[in-house]
Amino acid sequence: MGVKRRPSTFVLKVNPILCDGFGHCAELAPELVNVDEWGYPIIRQEPTKINNAGAYESAKYAVRGCPRQALQIEKITDAQP
Amino acid sequence: MIAPSSLPRLIHQTTRRPLTLVEHEQAFSSSGEVVDALKELEASGLMGRGGAGFPTHRKVELLRSQRSRTKYVVVNAMEGEPASHKDRSLIAANPHLVLDGAEALAAMIGAKHIAVCVAREFSTTINHMERAIHERQRRSQRGPLIELHTPPGRYVAGEESALVHWLDDNQCLPQYRPNRPNVLRIGQGVVLLDNAETCANVGLIARYGAEWFRSLGTSLHPGSLLVSVTGAVSHPTVMEVAAGTPIRQILEAAQADRDPQALLLGGYSGEWISGRNIDLSFDNAALKTVNASVGAGIIFVLPKSGCGIGEIYNIVRWMANESARQCGPCAFGLPSMADDLGLLLAGSKEAGAALRRLNEQASQIDGRGACHHPDGVVRFVRSSLRVFEDDIRAHASGRPCAGARGPRFATVPRLERGDELVWE
Repeated sequence: MGVKRRPSTFVLKVNPILCDGFGHCAELAPELVNVDEWGYPIIRQEPTKINNAGAYESAKYAVRGCPRQALQIEKITDAQP
Repeated sequence: MIAPSSLPRLIHQTTRRPLTLVEHEQAFSSSGEVVDALKELEASGLMGRGGAGFPTHRKVELLRSQRSRTKYVVVNAMEGEPASHKDRSLIAANPHLVLDGAEALAAMIGAKHIAVCVAREFSTTINHMERAIHERQRRSQRGPLIELHTPPGRYVAGEESALVHWLDDNQCLPQYRPNRPNVLRIGQGVVLLDNAETCANVGLIARYGAEWFRSLGTSLHPGSLLVSVTGAVSHPTVMEVAAGTPIRQILEAAQADRDPQALLLGGYSGEWISGRNIDLSFDNAALKTVNASVGAGIIFVLPKSGCGIGEIYNIVRWMANESARQCGPCAFGLPSMADDLGLLLAGSKEAGAALRRLNEQASQIDGRGACHHPDGVVRFVRSSLRVFEDDIRAHASGRPCAGARGPRFATVPRLERGDELVWE
């Protein structure tokens, strides 16, 4: 009761309407993002551990580096066991 | 009052014009038994008739719990699906039943505004609706304010977020909604959006109660359904049947081909089933066994003489053109899939490669648009590849079937200016 749980995993999400396929995210976060044949991102759907520091850092780079500001990080808190 | 298990319920028409308000009230006189319409709606198990089949009472509960001061009820009678004719038939028979349901929904959630949306191409339907609204407002100024809106009739304009976007901002483009189910908004107000047929059913439930409603249909899929039957039929028809009626019986009643090659259920973003499955019953639980669903109540009949690949190509080409061109995977992916289907249809040298690419792209595009338009096309193409497997193999090896050059049965609206998009 009253215990705040920290989010343990995250997913990177793209707003497909804003996205214009610049492809910066695939450069900045290659472990999370692939591009399709038209240059639009295909993002890893499975949640990634936040303590996977490399992936989390590059996701943050991708969010900041997106020219259309179409990316966001969604943190997921596990349900109570 | 209408007897519990008698048909028709919704299209209850004696004249060739829509029922007037007085006639409507005579035909649908209240039994006076219903006390709590919301409870009855929950007990009725009504599922949305617009295609997704979401339980209506859960939507209503979600909107009831909203604290917003302004609430809207939006009636979706856009019917952008070319194979569907049910909402127009319903409004041509009895617009007041739809408005009754909208008013009942408005009372449940506490809305003071009702917006009825009819595509501007359907001028007759607009007339019927205008007249019905006028009749009501002339009788009484109390109750929620009913307005008629006429957005342009593109396929995705009837998608719920696009329709709300139109009402909010005069742009009928789908919106990005990462966390569903979320509440759609017009300005600060929250919106309850339901299909016209769903509203008509709510109107009946608010009058006669859940038990009456469940006297037709199956326990998992209660009520009656409006079914549009097109393709190899003598006349394209809209019929009202109980959910769970065998498909064969529906086809017989519509005077359709009883030995079809395949059936397309649910519309142009629906699923094909083989003609062998004609004895399945028409409800979601039974159709799930063949990965199909009732959708918006559409049965398209493809006769033995037709070419499945040709129909699929036409439909996918049209659906690709109807994309709002907002999201890359949809704007580029769908035309590319249509091109590959064209190669398959012609049985050209690259047909084998096209088939492989088609499978790849289907899994690549799936789920990557803001709305479900691309997902619908992917679902449609996947079911096509399953049902017409043999035909496709023949086409891919350069031996198109006999019907490939023959006539097409699925009607798609003509593409404006050749293949080019005209979007307002």
